[in-house]
Amino acid sequence: MLRRRLNRLLGGDERRVDSRTVYVGHRSSPDSEGFIPPKFCDNRIVSSKYTVWNFLPKNLFEQFRRIANFYFLIIFLVQVIVDTPTSPVTSGLPLFFVITVTAIKQGYEDWLRHKADNEVNKYLVTVLEDGQRIRKESEKIKVGDVVEVEEDETFPCDLILLQSSRDDDTCFVTTASLDGESNHKTHYTVPDTEKDLESLSATIECEQPQPDLYKFVGRMHIYKNNQEPIVRSLGPENLLLKGATLKNTQKICGVAVYTGMETKMALNYQGKSQKRSVVEKSINAFLLVYLCILVSKALVCTTLKYVWQGKPGQDEPWYNEKTQREKDTNLYLKMFTDFLSFMVLFNFIIPVSMYVTVEMQKFLGSFFITWDKDFFDNEIKEGALVNTSDLNEELGQVEYVFTDKTGTLTQNNMEFIECCIDGFQYKHRDASSELDGFCVTDGPVSKLQQKAGREKEELFLRALCLCHTVQVKESTEPCLDQVDGLNNQVDGLGIDGDGLGIDGALSHLEEQRGFIASSPDEIALVKGAMRYGFTFLGLESKTMKILNRNNDVERYELLHVLNFDPVRRRMSVIVRSSSGDTLLFCKGADSSIFPRVRQEEVERIRLHVERNATEGYRTLCVAYKLLSAGEYAQADAGLREARLALQDREEKLMAVYNQVETGMSLIGATAVEDRLQEEAAETMEALQGAGMKVWVLTGDKMETAKSTCYACRLFQKSTELLELTVRTLDDENRRREEKLHDLLLDYHKKAVQDAPPVKEGVTRSWSSSQDYGFIVDGASLSMILNSSSDSSNSRYKNLFLQICQNCTAVLCCRMAPLQKAQIVKMVKNSKGSPITLSIGDGANDVSMILEAHVGIGIKGKEGRQAVRNSDYAIPKLKHLKKLLLAHGHLYYVRIAHLVQYFFYKNLCFILPQFLYQFFCGYSQQPLYDAAYLTMYNICFTSMPILAYSLLEQHICIEVLLDNATLYREIAKNAMLRWRPFLYWTVLGLFHGLLFFFGVWYLFYNPALQDNGQVFGNWSYGTIVFTVLVFTVTLKLALDTRHWTWINHFVIWGSLAFYVFFSFFWGGIIWPFLSQQRLYFVFANMLSSVSAWLVIILLILLSLLPEILLVVFRKPRGPHSRQKELVDSRVGGLQSPRSSARPLLMRTFSDESSTVI
Amino acid sequence: MNKKEKPEAENRPDNTAFTQQRLPAWQPMLSAGIVIPLFLIIGLIFIGIGVALFVTSRDLQVLEMDYTGMEQNSPCFSCSDPDQKNCKCTLDFNLDKLFEGPVFFYYALTNYFQNQRSYGVSKDDYQLSGDLDNFKDPDSTCSPYRYDSNNNPIVPCGSLANSMFNDTFKLYQLVAGTKKEVPLDGKGIAWWTDYNIKYRNPSVTPLKNAFNGTVKPLFWPRPAYELDPTDPANNGFINQDFLVWMRRAALPNFRKLYRRITEGDYSTGLPEGNYSLEISYNYPVLNFDGRKKVVFTNVSWMGGKNEFLGIAYLVIGSLCIVMSVVMLIVYAKFKFPEED
Repeated sequence: MLRRRLNRLLGGDERRVDSRTVYVGHRSSPDSEGFIPPKFCDNRIVSSKYTVWNFLPKNLFEQFRRIANFYFLIIFLVQVIVDTPTSPVTSGLPLFFVITVTAIKQGYEDWLRHKADNEVNKYLVTVLEDGQRIRKESEKIKVGDVVEVEEDETFPCDLILLQSSRDDDTCFVTTASLDGESNHKTHYTVPDTEKDLESLSATIECEQPQPDLYKFVGRMHIYKNNQEPIVRSLGPENLLLKGATLKNTQKICGVAVYTGMETKMALNYQGKSQKRSVVEKSINAFLLVYLCILVSKALVCTTLKYVWQGKPGQDEPWYNEKTQREKDTNLYLKMFTDFLSFMVLFNFIIPVSMYVTVEMQKFLGSFFITWDKDFFDNEIKEGALVNTSDLNEELGQVEYVFTDKTGTLTQNNMEFIECCIDGFQYKHRDASSELDGFCVTDGPVSKLQQKAGREKEELFLRALCLCHTVQVKESTEPCLDQVDGLNNQVDGLGIDGDGLGIDGALSHLEEQRGFIASSPDEIALVKGAMRYGFTFLGLESKTMKILNRNNDVERYELLHVLNFDPVRRRMSVIVRSSSGDTLLFCKGADSSIFPRVRQEEVERIRLHVERNATEGYRTLCVAYKLLSAGEYAQADAGLREARLALQDREEKLMAVYNQVETGMSLIGATAVEDRLQEEAAETMEALQGAGMKVWVLTGDKMETAKSTCYACRLFQKSTELLELTVRTLDDENRRREEKLHDLLLDYHKKAVQDAPPVKEGVTRSWSSSQDYGFIVDGASLSMILNSSSDSSNSRYKNLFLQICQNCTAVLCCRMAPLQKAQIVKMVKNSKGSPITLSIGDGANDVSMILEAHVGIGIKGKEGRQAVRNSDYAIPKLKHLKKLLLAHGHLYYVRIAHLVQYFFYKNLCFILPQFLYQFFCGYSQQPLYDAAYLTMYNICFTSMPILAYSLLEQHICIEVLLDNATLYREIAKNAMLRWRPFLYWTVLGLFHGLLFFFGVWYLFYNPALQDNGQVFGNWSYGTIVFTVLVFTVTLKLALDTRHWTWINHFVIWGSLAFYVFFSFFWGGIIWPFLSQQRLYFVFANMLSSVSAWLVIILLILLSLLPEILLVVFRKPRGPHSRQKELVDSRVGGLQSPRSSARPLLMRTFSDESSTVI
Repeated sequence: MNKKEKPEAENRPDNTAFTQQRLPAWQPMLSAGIVIPLFLIIGLIFIGIGVALFVTSRDLQVLEMDYTGMEQNSPCFSCSDPDQKNCKCTLDFNLDKLFEGPVFFYYALTNYFQNQRSYGVSKDDYQLSGDLDNFKDPDSTCSPYRYDSNNNPIVPCGSLANSMFNDTFKLYQLVAGTKKEVPLDGKGIAWWTDYNIKYRNPSVTPLKNAFNGTVKPLFWPRPAYELDPTDPANNGFINQDFLVWMRRAALPNFRKLYRRITEGDYSTGLPEGNYSLEISYNYPVLNFDGRKKVVFTNVSWMGGKNEFLGIAYLVIGSLCIVMSVVMLIVYAKFKFPEED
């Protein structure tokens, strides 16, 4: 989705010009004679939508583009144009209210944006112009200006770093405001730029603006004294992004390349696509039904009117003569206007206020998620974050949970566990023990040899120390010196001996020293190497310093970093040691390393790697290669050339990387443990208990992922695993396609056909039937999804989906980010369109988070991309349980009730008005006064339902959390399906009929007072209306299971307000009203005993069936609730929960290895 | 409920009962233990009220007589011919027992849609509250009774006022062959607030002057300021009959209070005997298939006679009791053990 948009954007640019040329300091280059300064946009950021002048028309236009608002506008216009029964005010006022409130809200938001824009645009920056430093407003920066930025300032536009105050020509930057990563990133100046910027004459050629924050290609031509221009490549490491902040560097100078709306920050400032909830779809369906009711009501009335008027004497009795105009009007036109009038009269059946209330409920309701202190995490000092409030109720409808493994199920808190050097296992005995040193001699697996040669060991540890992109945190430098001193003191102790002293110092060092890296694995490895005696001291001007076991500082010149990428799944460095050897160190996933090393080395290490993987560790293999001078020269040239390429730089680099990283020799492998998240197993168990299917989608190895699944109890001991991976496909000599076909059929037979049919609504217990777990890897998945022939493609897809849907848990490993999204999309679009939820913490989860109905981001360690793109963000996985089981459940029940109740109350509001038409000659006489028509939905009945929809807890939160099965009760949109809708509609019809005919029978004799005076039509309407308001409010009171003081206040307050308002409205001659219809009608009504009695009678009669229903339904008394609780506890005892259980996968490893 | 976060709390959410959704709440449980007695009590109360209503309503006397003159033998048959002007007819009736007072005298119309929208809005409330500006220029809603053919403003304007019921009645008791007129009280038949506040005559004396330059409604025999020649205070817009008419009926079959019989010998009711009702028959109803009736009735605390309320209360009350018994049986059989 994002990628497509991105491509389109890029494509659009490419059609124009491939690149832009920037003249540094606006100085023309010697070889371009006709220097025409190119036009670029100015550096003004405009995030606001409106200006003072276009606010009104533009905002109104946007608002009326919403179908509901447009409908109400049409109704309003009809009322203005046609002679209609109700004044335009009745529908105009609510519409005006809604539009005004929305406009004020949007206007305020836009004002804030204007303010923010101005703050950025008017910020004073220093620009170097003709050797002078000029302060000017940020918005006046032009492309080509040389800008000076000081420490802790944010960059005013995208700059190419020319000059830094640091000696090593670097600067540090934090991009916290861009992507949330608060670590310091190093950026480099362009080499060979002159120190004196004034005399620098250079042009920059770079690509057109594009939104990817991490991509930039460009080229700089530097002209020096009529020499041949020097060409330097520019990459993202030279580009300082607008919005990032300069750190640890006094000041820098840079030349502006992208400004204003073309900066990467501005290009990334794009809203996400709108997600809509199922509830909204239900509302729309119900709306359609009500629209049909509305139209048919109007049609019935219009038809009957003309039938009735056909009878003699009825059309125009002498007492009600028509005006001349009415007589002249064409019959069909009259019919049409009559139809419109009826529409207007009955239009209250679809109330404006429902939209407002639903919006308010969602907006206000989402605060409860942010406020929930259970979501507060003490470590990161943050609670939950709600990015959209539109999906609250969707949290209660989730059927499929797609979870990432690393950082989500596991903590992404890596710990170096063991390593394997040259086939010998080195294990750190107990990580927590202070005394334990670098136990090289600990537990070698091989009985023949104690350990690998010292040379190999040191090579391996050097590789760990050198092959990474970790930085040492600057601020700890003084401490470092101290530790260095300490180290010097203990110098001389036998390193191979006890090593207590150094270890103490090192652990001290470890605590003090902060490492910063993009991936926690790297830190774990560097720290692991430190434990074995090799400490990485830092990178200074392309020289990496290592403190080795002998406490000597080794220096390596860093020649090239072959960056990690998820496709290659490895990274390399090329360094030159002090002795002049050029070495390439490479580390990466076993699958990407093994083919590139000598095969005879592989077998010894493969054993370890696989064993480590089954134990749930993350494994990496380390290889090296000694480059001869010739080889290096070739590689160097290739890399430089590729880096200078403007087109297809990525592909070219990849090719060179692949070429360089061959023929290496394997030195060892590492195992890093990633601990499970707190309560991960309990959470997963609860989700499965709630009827959700949990799929784990990970890029990790199958073995690692599988053991995590066991640890999370997604797979039980009894679970039969169905595996569809490259390994199972490669078993025999047949083609993969055939094998795939057979396996799919086989599994399908097992899991789908032989499984006992699961009845709808019957909860499947754990033990009753065989559980299946399904494992698939990325390669097999792409075979399924992109099969060669179309027919088998859809067939495989179907089989696959059916198998997956019948398994309790599915594990997809070795997934690329896009494949994750593909899986989510496939399930989302499968039969029954189940509601999907994706949860992840890293950038690789963004695609699936965006794809799923609900995207949850974990505020984890892998940056903030997931959080930014999610709908909800929570600090920990364990919070998902409460978010879904408690919040989601409650929100769903609340909004479902809100929607149904709204339709109900408007049906029984308008039905008497409809029935009245039969008794007033179909003359569109409103039954209720205009004030009542207008206020009914705005004041009299809106607050109780709003309070209900915010506060209701039909089952209290603790019980919801304890009994996950309660979640199944509302599954599949249970409260908004047609059955409950029918129930509410019938209830509305029943009430409407009762109200009207109850009063109708009373008005058989309209003398209702003891003084014999008679009541008129407005009294009739007022009695009906009073019954109506009381009944719908009390109906809600009956449904309320959770009476807080707020509920009491709004329910009784609304009723009191109604009475008060009616007195007030009828107590004064309102000068602005042309007809004083309700004058003293309400007071007179109350003076009649009969009116009182009929009101009480009708309210009671309407509510009696409700009360009976409540009683005869399953009693939800406190006793039964307690009983349920006891039951669940008993059940809980049967399956022992040990929350403190550590990652005990060794018990599982035996089993899982039998499956393999 | 203070939503502002305290500075020291940083991002930590407020730990208030409201934000944590832990407000103390009452959780009503409609269990059988509550509902059965509740139904029983409601049932008993309803039956009590129902009996009272039923008895009261049953004791109320109603005498309803159709005088449209549709039938040949009807005394008003001759008057029903629309060409007849100032036709008078007499309706004789006999009371065989005392008609307890105070007796209320209603006229009733059927199939008369006073609740039609165009009819109902066809009046000018400003005019009717005595605004002289609207005497000269009545509201446009009044058309086609806004101006007459000579373009003079009609006061009071509009269909509603124009069609005011103008049959008049005189009631005589036949005592020993002579007609003894029963005094009819025309005061207090309209709402007090209509008479005293809502409708106002212009403060011009004599009232007639206010109507200069206006014409009476086309259907009216006399202008508004001469509606009641006997009582000058009962003229103009505060004429009680006018006020009664102007309060539109809710349904097409309606009755409106005409007079009360409260005075003299008849304050305790109409004694048994023969009576004669002299009707001046003016109001045409036949062309829209309507009927005209007179109704004598007495009222009680609950208003006029209405069987509906009493029966409804009795039925609902009995239903409640039946339901409570049913529930008792059901719960005794199935639910009670569980409830313990």
